[in-house]
Amino acid sequence: MIGIEQYLALTSALFVIGIFGIFLNRKNVIIILMSIELMLLSVNINLVAFSSFSGDLVGQVFTIFVLTVAAAEAAIGLAILVIFFRNRGSIDVEDVNVMKG
Amino acid sequence: MKRERNGWQQLLICKLDLGSEKNMGVADFAFYVFAISTVIGALFTVISKNPVHSVMWLILAFLSSAGLFVLLGAEFVAMLMIIVYVGAVAVLFMFVVMMIDVDFAELRGEMAKYIPVAGLIGVVLLLEFSLAFGNWEISNNAEAVRAALTPDMTEVTNTAALGQLIYGKYIFLFQTAGLILLVAMIGAIVLTLRHRTNVKRQNVMAQMHRDPAKAMEVIDVKPGQGL
Repeated sequence: MIGIEQYLALTSALFVIGIFGIFLNRKNVIIILMSIELMLLSVNINLVAFSSFSGDLVGQVFTIFVLTVAAAEAAIGLAILVIFFRNRGSIDVEDVNVMKG
Repeated sequence: MKRERNGWQQLLICKLDLGSEKNMGVADFAFYVFAISTVIGALFTVISKNPVHSVMWLILAFLSSAGLFVLLGAEFVAMLMIIVYVGAVAVLFMFVVMMIDVDFAELRGEMAKYIPVAGLIGVVLLLEFSLAFGNWEISNNAEAVRAALTPDMTEVTNTAALGQLIYGKYIFLFQTAGLILLVAMIGAIVLTLRHRTNVKRQNVMAQMHRDPAKAMEVIDVKPGQGL
């Protein structure tokens, strides 16, 4: 029988993989954005698991809001990435501090 | 703690007779398949050399987590996951990966340098998670709090109950979510809008202010002379 513990183990593994990805791909902003999406996905699975196992639907409502914010964040992040690449010719995160001003 | 079953889950239970304890293996098996493919998809998203492959693995992770949501009885969120993440976000990533002309192999060069610190942080975080998850318990009045909010799940489907919540108690949050999407859309358009200098464009105002008297000239050409 699958309990909430299995879901918690899965989501913590997913979250740690997301963090791992951010540290592993220090230079590639696209993979960093994907890692952030993975972390938000693990949070979503956690919310839905708690919602389902405790019979409380509000967790799923929150999942929908997290999903909305994740989609908006991906769109803005990729737009910034595109103009950054257009101006600099690379997507190296180490160069991002030249954006200041 | 008793689990609520509804919608797809009830269907699954009817079809596969999952309710009885001895046949519980099918749901367990489905959980492990989806969980393992989610984790594998996430892992290869992070470590694969080619970003296009990364996006493909990301799509695998999203799809199998949608399967997990169906197993949990949250079919609306599962479908939303497929439509929003696989249909929109992953395609957006794919567009950007293919549009940006970067030598990704060069970016990967220093990956080995970061593996120790990344592994250390991952292990520390996992330990913290296991400490936290080993100690939580449900509050005594949690049952009363959630009974006031959730519609009766035995009567309505998951989608209808979610709709009652979103369009009832959480209507302002829902409109705020719409506002967030609007701001994101305007922001993305404003950020990426640019005017190239050497491209001919239509100037509507100039076209509207053209005057036939100035733009055209009627010349009376005499026969045999030409202009």
